Amino acid sequence: MAIDANIPSGSLDEKWTKYKSNVKLVSPANKRKYNVIVVGTGLAGASASASLAELGYNIKTFCIQDSPRRAHSVAAQGGINAAKNYQNDGDSIWRLFYDTIKGGDYRSREANVHRLSEISANIIDQCTAQGVPFAREYSGLLANRSFGGVQVSRTFYARGQTGQQLLLGAYSALMRQVNTGKVDLFANREMLDLVVIDGKARGIVCRNLLTGEIESYSADAVILATGGYGNVFYLSTNGQNSNVTAAWRCYKKGAYFANPCFTQIHPTCIPVSGDYQSKLTLMSEGLRNDGRAWVPKSGDDKRPPSEIPDEDRDYYLERKYPAFGNLVPRDIASRAAKAVCDEGRGVGETGLSVYLDFKTAIERQGEDVIRDRYGNLFDMYERITGENPYNVPMRIYPAVHYCMGGLWVDYGLMSNVPGLFVLGEANFSDHGANRLGASALMQGLADGYFVIPYTIGEYLAGAELKEVSTENSEFSQSENEVTNKINRLFDIKGDKTVAEFHRELGRLVWEYVGMSRSKEGLNKAIDEISKLRDEFWNNLKIPGDQNMFNKYLEMAGRVADFFELAEVMARDALEREESCGGHFREDHQTPEGEALRDDENYTHVSLWEYNGKDKPNFKKEDLNFENVTPTTRSYK
Amino acid sequence: MPENNLNLTLHVWRQNGQGSKGKMVEYKADDISTDMSFLEMLDVVNESLIKDGEDPIAFDSDCREGICGTCGMVIDGVAHGPERATTVCQLHMRHFNNGDKIYIEPFRAKGFPVIKDLVVDRTSFDNIIKAGGYISANTGSAPDANEILIPKDVADRAMDSAACIGCGACVAACPNASASLFTSAKISHLAVLPQGKPESQSRVVSMVQQMDSEGFGSCSNHGECEAVCPKEISISNIARMRREYFKALVGK
Repeated sequence: MAIDANIPSGSLDEKWTKYKSNVKLVSPANKRKYNVIVVGTGLAGASASASLAELGYNIKTFCIQDSPRRAHSVAAQGGINAAKNYQNDGDSIWRLFYDTIKGGDYRSREANVHRLSEISANIIDQCTAQGVPFAREYSGLLANRSFGGVQVSRTFYARGQTGQQLLLGAYSALMRQVNTGKVDLFANREMLDLVVIDGKARGIVCRNLLTGEIESYSADAVILATGGYGNVFYLSTNGQNSNVTAAWRCYKKGAYFANPCFTQIHPTCIPVSGDYQSKLTLMSEGLRNDGRAWVPKSGDDKRPPSEIPDEDRDYYLERKYPAFGNLVPRDIASRAAKAVCDEGRGVGETGLSVYLDFKTAIERQGEDVIRDRYGNLFDMYERITGENPYNVPMRIYPAVHYCMGGLWVDYGLMSNVPGLFVLGEANFSDHGANRLGASALMQGLADGYFVIPYTIGEYLAGAELKEVSTENSEFSQSENEVTNKINRLFDIKGDKTVAEFHRELGRLVWEYVGMSRSKEGLNKAIDEISKLRDEFWNNLKIPGDQNMFNKYLEMAGRVADFFELAEVMARDALEREESCGGHFREDHQTPEGEALRDDENYTHVSLWEYNGKDKPNFKKEDLNFENVTPTTRSYK
Repeated sequence: MPENNLNLTLHVWRQNGQGSKGKMVEYKADDISTDMSFLEMLDVVNESLIKDGEDPIAFDSDCREGICGTCGMVIDGVAHGPERATTVCQLHMRHFNNGDKIYIEPFRAKGFPVIKDLVVDRTSFDNIIKAGGYISANTGSAPDANEILIPKDVADRAMDSAACIGCGACVAACPNASASLFTSAKISHLAVLPQGKPESQSRVVSMVQQMDSEGFGSCSNHGECEAVCPKEISISNIARMRREYFKALVGK
């Protein structure tokens, strides 16, 4: 069955304008009659809550953290793209669109990406008006930097804390609406089920993380902005609380999960140091503007980096990709790092890292310039590793960072469950098989500030919604299911902690569904994951009880869902018999070891539908390239 | 055990919530790698407590890279511990010595009721922002970003204040449990920018009133807040807040 994404007709650059002109409107007097639930307060959720409340809707906003300001968007470092062409270097809406489509290895929707590109400039205006302190030139004009995978300078930034500043902007807009009474804020809540009544999303069930109470909330529409599922790998750059549970509950209620195997491994992270490690720390991709990646030419060369002369170093990115050099896209940079380490030329105690060297940049521009650009990142690196990157090259290695896959949405960001909208990283929409740097912040804010305010009106004005309250039996049924699952977890009373299971699951997923995948490996993964999942449900030990602040119970519920997701990821990677973007199949590569796409058979979005069995139903949304011709991505 | 690893004795505050009485409890933390972060050390201790059927130590964290502001505890009397400009998630065990006794307590303040052990409720901070910590710019109404020229030094100063992560260390360190550094950082960030000027007077009055009503004490210039701030927010923000406040009162 072909899936329809409800893309408006007309030429690419007219679609969004036409959509906005023809969209059904809800009158101001009627907006206050509608209740909308927003789950998540990162860039997408906070901006959506604030913008919809400004329009007059009644919003209930939920977040898992103790404050909406702590959502994991806060950790984004490098910047946000916008087609402003302030630098007069040839940027345009078309070029940002083209770069994003190409960067995504031709596995995203043209219409969505073009809309994103059109909206990008408004985001910078909006955030500036809110007081986001973007970097400035001495003239007082906004400054830009360049990022991987592109040849123009279109990235706006606030030191190395762009995500934090954009989030605080969205958070402040949200808190302003909390103050007006248009938003009811529920912090310390974890969504544990979606309530569907007459086929439409009508509410959620969540757990109060402070008291353990199971609570129900009803609404006319539910917006999910709950981020990505990178923590399925256990070690990732995600926060400790980032998880798939809210999205997975929607999948279990019928929402399609799209392209789950499209995960992004970020090339510049601080390498793993030991088993106790709880997370990996990203060093912004912005560093690749001035840092040069290298390893010794010979794996036997064990000299300290300062004693290895230039002729014995292999600046492998500059060698393999002379046109883009250190600024190739993330998937390519990550695989190149893995390749040199697999050849035995990796550095550091584990041999699983490469150097990122700032010596040339410091000589050319002076230490002060480098400190001004990256000072906080260099300090963070030194705090974690105990080494000073001004003197000794950084050591970096790829780590899981972002999920392009997510819940399927149509052009209006609505899932196949009517009334369930999905924004930001939680949806699959704009980045295809690989996301370009500084595009996640752009997408999260585009979805929340500028897309959902139009598209939700289209739904609400047209949907015939009957009166629903938490008294409806569907709510008590969901509450019972949620409670039973929690009880089941406590009743296991086994010997192994949730962290032990999570670590083992992460190792499996990293090994077989990570940077490089093969048919045998994926089949093995499906088998091993299912065995480990059985063990989890028979030998888990959770401390404490349900009616209290209990981090280990929270983690157990999330890891239970990660087990199910991991299997679907492996199935998705197995089904996609090609290499594209972050999905690299060893059995589909060029003689030079580059990704080999199969446009004839795989120019589609893969959708997985829950059916209660081991293997979910598989469906496709065909992708049509009417404006860009898919070509082999070359960064040479 | 690798020779550099540490054997430590922890004294940790355990409390079941605001209503119940708390106490310090002693735990052993053995064979701790110096490359661990402080929170990873606590993870390891908790793993063994769970295995032994004991109640693990409750603490909160999220990003573990020093930017979300979730984590925070008082270590040997210092909020976020001994390293300057470092959140507890970024504090590494290489700064401790074998045999150390480490005292770990929550951020104590009337405005931060204890939820469990080392976890405190900082809703009061959200309430302060809610009272006026924003520029009222509805989505869609903004002019082109380059129409507002902001000299680099002004943008840098705004950024210095905006860097606050809302962790609450300033309150925990203050003998008066004052939230002045937190509140003033937001007031300064918005007051120095041209976009923030139109609302600056009403903003400072509402935010200061809210701060006082949340049960935080007054600032009496001890400077402890600046000393522990993981983002090195300057105490000069408090001076600016006072100036803005008086301007607003006189301007009325």
